[in-house]
Amino acid sequence: MSMDNFGLYKLMHEDAPKNNNPLLEQPTLAKTHTTDPIVTGTSVLAIKFNGGVAIAADTLASYGSMARFRDIERLKSFGKYTIVGASGEYSDFQYIEEQVKQSLIDRDYQLDDGRSTTPREIYQYLVRVLYNRRNKFDPLYNVLVIAGYENGKAFLGQTDYLGTHFEDVTLATGYGSYIAQPILRKFYSEKNGNITEQEAKDILKKCLTVLFYRDARAADKVQIAVINDQGPKIDEPIKLETQWTFKGF
Amino acid sequence: MTTHISPQMASSGTQHGKFEPYVNNGGTTLAIPGKDFVIAAGDTRLSTGYSIHTRQSSKVFQLTDKCVIVTAGMQSDASTLHKTMHARLVHYEHAHGKQMSTEAIGQMLSNMLYGRRFFPYYTFNLVAGIDSKGQGVVYGYDAIGSYQSVEVGAMGTGQSLIQPLLDNQVAYKNHQLVPSKELDLERALSLVKDSFTSAGERDIYTGDSVEIAIITQEGIKYETLQLKQD
Amino acid sequence: MFRNQYDTDITTWSPAGRLHQVEYAMEAVKQGSACVGLKSNTLVVIGSLKRSPHAELSSYQKKLAKIDDHIGFGIAGLASDGRVLIKNARTQAINHKYTYDTPISVQRLVLQISDKSQVSTQRSSKRPYGVGLLISGYDEQTGTHLFQTEPSGNYYEYKAIAIGARSQSARTYFEKNYQTFEEADEETLILHALRALKGTTGDNVELTSKNASISIVGKDRKYKLIEEEQLEPYLAKLEENAAATTEQQPAEQQDDVDEEMVQ
Repeated sequence: MSMDNFGLYKLMHEDAPKNNNPLLEQPTLAKTHTTDPIVTGTSVLAIKFNGGVAIAADTLASYGSMARFRDIERLKSFGKYTIVGASGEYSDFQYIEEQVKQSLIDRDYQLDDGRSTTPREIYQYLVRVLYNRRNKFDPLYNVLVIAGYENGKAFLGQTDYLGTHFEDVTLATGYGSYIAQPILRKFYSEKNGNITEQEAKDILKKCLTVLFYRDARAADKVQIAVINDQGPKIDEPIKLETQWTFKGF
Repeated sequence: MTTHISPQMASSGTQHGKFEPYVNNGGTTLAIPGKDFVIAAGDTRLSTGYSIHTRQSSKVFQLTDKCVIVTAGMQSDASTLHKTMHARLVHYEHAHGKQMSTEAIGQMLSNMLYGRRFFPYYTFNLVAGIDSKGQGVVYGYDAIGSYQSVEVGAMGTGQSLIQPLLDNQVAYKNHQLVPSKELDLERALSLVKDSFTSAGERDIYTGDSVEIAIITQEGIKYETLQLKQD
Repeated sequence: MFRNQYDTDITTWSPAGRLHQVEYAMEAVKQGSACVGLKSNTLVVIGSLKRSPHAELSSYQKKLAKIDDHIGFGIAGLASDGRVLIKNARTQAINHKYTYDTPISVQRLVLQISDKSQVSTQRSSKRPYGVGLLISGYDEQTGTHLFQTEPSGNYYEYKAIAIGARSQSARTYFEKNYQTFEEADEETLILHALRALKGTTGDNVELTSKNASISIVGKDRKYKLIEEEQLEPYLAKLEENAAATTEQQPAEQQDDVDEEMVQ
């Protein structure tokens, strides 16, 4: 049990030692809260372009400083119009994914009313889920980016483990908010928001490269996804081209 | 509210600490009542620590045809409060066939805030509206529901910069000779704009733009003033 | 109604495969004063005929309710049961707005109301709602909708429909005219609703601004209720048109009368 630095295995095991406190009859696993993120994904980046939104993240989930899972997906499509990208605790994101998928089955398929849940509805729903969990002092440790395209309108919003939420034309989480967001904002305003799909993907790739150079929890294996009137399209992971021969390195 | 989990949270891995459910997202709000009007305003910057999340997040929420609320503090608590108030107001309208009066909204918000006395909404509110006598009114609150009608109200990270000045210029506090001329809409609006420009100069959490709601018996008009983005 | 040994509780089937208590509840709907509904591509109109226990002394019972800016209810049957469903629907609409920040889908609301009604047909401790609903709604993605719900928990979607006492004449009227509804404007739809309603008033009762009311929902507009003085101009137009029609096409008018007599 080299991974078990919380001693959970011992606690969960049948012959775990009884709690010594005579006031507590039950072992202390009755109620547990997440206090810290353990297996984490780093930045998610996104930018709106003409007729859609591009969103990107690397494929790494870290365990502290260890590159624990190097080929996981942090971008997931939800329904016909939405992609959600996640940084933070990966297990919490997987839990959220299951919840949203089930709720989409209830709303879109079971109901069969010809109405699909819109990106804004998924965004608002996630805000409520994350905010309600923070109210229980048992947060889902994520910062989520919700990208969508529905009825001719692009949507891009972000929400976090406190329920803080907002929309913008460019978004970046984690270290990306320091390193990539200024690059994206500048690019967007210089182009006056008039950006092609290819330009959007290119600038995201550039930002991911910069992040890989400076964020020690970032990886060079990344996914770039696009959502437009054709629906969500998440590309297979690609390897970033890097140059390490500078004198400075 | 000193320990905030910065965006590095995403990559900081196994770092231990107690969960902090509150964050101050910064920003300034302001409201001035007049004889037959009221102005309420809030800047649109949304921050955590030194990061600006977005430059276009509204702090103003319209409650009825003649009443708005402006909220500084924690954004997620603020929007939850706004949504809950909205739900209560829709219920009221279904039940009574009319919109809730500004005075009643004032009391209702106090009750709602006090209802969360032991896990407060981290919000600082100003309710601005036209009352049942047709006069402008502003109610100012603390986070747990204490409230009073005010002559001028400022809240949020810029409060300390602009409240004293407005006490002097709107409520005519510490004047030897109190000008008899009552505040007109034009001067009030000009004071609001100057206040935000000034707060934006010294407070790093105030900037980007100001959303201004001007409420009269005729309805609510909105104006936007650009501020510096630095 | 003929009583038999299988109608004393809700959950007992008759050998003929019927739930008598549920069917009695549906009879309550037929006894309630009529509600008519019709829709175009952009608007949905519900019209209702209201009763008062005493013509001079009492007020008229309200039968149209706003659920949200984009959804309206019309009820026929036990108005008190109707109020329960109205209250429930309003809460659902508010909760949806809270959670998703968007107006609730009409279809979803109808399904939830119907599921609620269905529960009352399968529990021995409950009584079915004695009310039928017409539900008008507009949805950004799927356009205009007009639904009818029953105490049984069944629901149906229509282009035009009428429920309640003497509503057959209104349905017949809609069957003859529904093809023109799709492109019709607000006033035309209202006049159709009033004309359909007129056939349901029964002997010696006139359609007036006191006993009739109209609700409208639709694209880019909020729920609107038309009653009392606001209804007068439409009723006046109804009179004008009726006079004109009688002059121009006396033969067709004769047809209508015949059919109504069949009911």
